[in-house]
Amino acid sequence: MKTGIKNMKKEVRGQLITYGLVIGVFIIVQVMLSLGMISNLMQGLLVPLCTYSIVAVALNLCVGYLGELSLGHAGFMCVGAFSSAFFTKCTMTTGLNENVRFFLALLVGTLTAALFGYLIGIPVLRLRGDYLAIVTLAFGEIIKNVINVLYIGRDSAGFHFGMKDETSLGLGEDGEVLVNGAKGIMRTPHQSTFTIGVILLLISLFVCFQLVNSRSGRAIMAIRDNRIAAESVGIPITKYKLLAFTISAAIAGIGGVLYAHNLSTLTAQPANFGYNMSIMILVFVVLGGMGSFRGSVIAAVLLTMLPEILRGLADYRMLIYAIVLIAMMLFNWSPKLIEFRKKFIADVFKKKEKEAA
Amino acid sequence: MALLEVSNLSISFGGLRAVDNFSLNIEKNQLYGLIGPNGAGKTTVFNMLTGVYRPDEGIIRLDGQDLVGKKTIEINQAGIARTFQNIRLFGQQTVMDNVKIGLHNQYEYSTLTGILRLPKYHSMEKAMNEKAIDLLKVFELEDKADYLASNLPYGQQRKLEIARALATNPKLLLLDEPAAGMNPNETQELMDTIRFVRDNFDMTILLIEHDMRLVAGICEDLTVLNFGQVLAQGDTKTVLKNPEVIKAYLGE
Repeated sequence: MKTGIKNMKKEVRGQLITYGLVIGVFIIVQVMLSLGMISNLMQGLLVPLCTYSIVAVALNLCVGYLGELSLGHAGFMCVGAFSSAFFTKCTMTTGLNENVRFFLALLVGTLTAALFGYLIGIPVLRLRGDYLAIVTLAFGEIIKNVINVLYIGRDSAGFHFGMKDETSLGLGEDGEVLVNGAKGIMRTPHQSTFTIGVILLLISLFVCFQLVNSRSGRAIMAIRDNRIAAESVGIPITKYKLLAFTISAAIAGIGGVLYAHNLSTLTAQPANFGYNMSIMILVFVVLGGMGSFRGSVIAAVLLTMLPEILRGLADYRMLIYAIVLIAMMLFNWSPKLIEFRKKFIADVFKKKEKEAA
Repeated sequence: MALLEVSNLSISFGGLRAVDNFSLNIEKNQLYGLIGPNGAGKTTVFNMLTGVYRPDEGIIRLDGQDLVGKKTIEINQAGIARTFQNIRLFGQQTVMDNVKIGLHNQYEYSTLTGILRLPKYHSMEKAMNEKAIDLLKVFELEDKADYLASNLPYGQQRKLEIARALATNPKLLLLDEPAAGMNPNETQELMDTIRFVRDNFDMTILLIEHDMRLVAGICEDLTVLNFGQVLAQGDTKTVLKNPEVIKAYLGE
């Protein structure tokens, strides 16, 4: 058993360490929660932390493994959030079991986001580099803005759609507005919990890890490393690009579902689904290290918590935030520091072995 | 019937006729050389054969199958694999994975099988690993299987590229300047490897090369290109003695 973990393939070990880390943090937080050691403010942050981690993992699949820069992931998150919240809102009165309903909402959100990823991917993935980034940015904004003018109501006659305002829906007396334009979807149930968030994060990590360590994953990385060579060995470029992009969008959709069911009113604001969000997620991915899912999760958690932890420092908050950003950048990308880090980890492992022996 | 039949192949870029009326027949199991001064159009011929460029005119047939207008991927599946003049490996992946990417179309399983690790995943991966190790052994790279491809020394990167091309199970192997940047020892070793590949994989090989020692050493037949046109064609000894060829290479 002692040599078991050493003999495992490197990628499997990395995978297990990541799962262990997530589960470990989860247990610690649960213990702290039961001891009442976590402030209300921090408790409110637990689900968003999972959301951002999931979306960061999704974007890392797209940026780090497929090698295509997408700035539209907040858009996919938005699609997942609204489609699932809409589903929940529609089925609230049907007396469906709450957990079953949440599970179905999760499927709806994920599949809708995947569909959007697929449809947007077809034209967009013909572009590369900066152009792709700009077009995905635009698509993200379009999704957000369309949702802001979308009105959907329901009465005994069925569903009514509109793009103008509430009254133009022409609802009957028993009618109910489900999606109310810029006011969003109101009074949705509060179903996301920290436990569900962590489970969804683990599922997302599992899917991503298994994908990149399989035949399809190798093909995706081959396209990233050298497109011409990948073509020359018979890898269908378009198919695998679309596959990775769609899966990435679907996982961002999972993040959206979690996000939507953590709020009582879901609106598409620039702050939550705008490009700032896309760029923030990109910051998580870049700082955590492109091609490292574990890094994405760690960066998402640290950088989301940091402003809250530093709240007491008032004016210096953003200054320290900036310094931490720079420090993380150096820690992850400076060759000297990477060397130091590796050596440090190797030393620690050696020590442990000696103690064990 | 020849394995590869190329006739009257031509392509122009703007006003420049890069390759003009190029014809070539390669028999199965032959080791064929394509030589010529810089800018003669050799790599352009390769790019037409592999579907990177579409020829303006001409016919390309592999085993009787028409290849003009097909995509690179389809041509690879039809049985032509190539290496590149400037090495194009998947640098951020291991040596092993580079070969396994070459095996992509031989051992198929779906993405879902891969994610869920169904039994087929394990059996296919096992078969792939065995095949990949076999190929790496041919090129004496098996002990470097876990290295990142970009960390290999130059000569071994060239070998890995050939291994990857062979992994796609081609009928015809195109090598674009395999000895470029190699020292005489490495070149000698490469010649042995190319011969070994031809004999043991029952492979037909077409190679572009500037190193005359290599060309004279292993190629059975040669075509000489100059300014996009065929200057001479035939068995190596005769062609290399041809005064026109000497003139094209060394000047008057």
